[in-house]
Amino acid sequence: MPHPFKVHRSAEGDVSVLHLEGFLDAHTAPVFEQAIQAELDASRPRLIVDGEKLTYISSAGLGVFMGFIEQIREQGGDLKICGLSPKVRQIFEILGFQAIYDMVDTVPDAVQRFTTSPTREA
Amino acid sequence: MTSLERTLTLTVPSATENLALIRDFVVNVGSQAGLGDDDVAKLELAVDEACANVIEHAHGHDSNKEVTVRATFDAATLRIEVVDEGQGFDPTMMPATPVEQMVHDRRTGGLGLRVMKSLMDEVSYEIVPGERNRLRLLKRIQK
Repeated sequence: MPHPFKVHRSAEGDVSVLHLEGFLDAHTAPVFEQAIQAELDASRPRLIVDGEKLTYISSAGLGVFMGFIEQIREQGGDLKICGLSPKVRQIFEILGFQAIYDMVDTVPDAVQRFTTSPTREA
Repeated sequence: MTSLERTLTLTVPSATENLALIRDFVVNVGSQAGLGDDDVAKLELAVDEACANVIEHAHGHDSNKEVTVRATFDAATLRIEVVDEGQGFDPTMMPATPVEQMVHDRRTGGLGLRVMKSLMDEVSYEIVPGERNRLRLLKRIQK
């Protein structure tokens, strides 16, 4: 049974929102990697990753978050995470990602966080 | 009282596209073994991590090689063996670098073992030189 993964992009002003859907694992992580790289190539380092429709994540997916965050912050932006289900959020927390990334409930919360806390030290 | 032991095995070509198949297999086994939904989800992720390590590191994305997942369970425990035919990449020997340092180094890998150890009751590795290597994961079944 296939476990598909998709990234859909939208924008909130100068903040890009990447909506993840499906299964993010070692097979599909390159799709997510390319989506973030495209934002950085276009000089759009203010990113929200919306995981509301993310069913599953393994460490390969978490590695994508980890590999880009320094570059994103060097470019004056940040990556905020929102909408995670308890099951998916648990994996982020096992690895201590809450100390590195702003994690909030909804896209509007994440947009608001860019106003109050535009970036964050890792 | 003796408890009946069952063994189920899946062998697939060593390619990341087969991780979905492996996860489906493991979810099925976990349910049959009597694990609760939360533990089935933990098992699914731990075995995914083990197999992704084999496919990427032990086999170097060589899909001519095979990954075997062998699950054995009784009333008390579920044991998973992930068998590879690679060079003996022992993930348990990897240094436990803090995540903050990994972010600073822009590393994208090296988290799998941490996840496996967090989710399973036991994780061990056995290298049989020139033969097979086995990563063993154990989950106790809560009644």
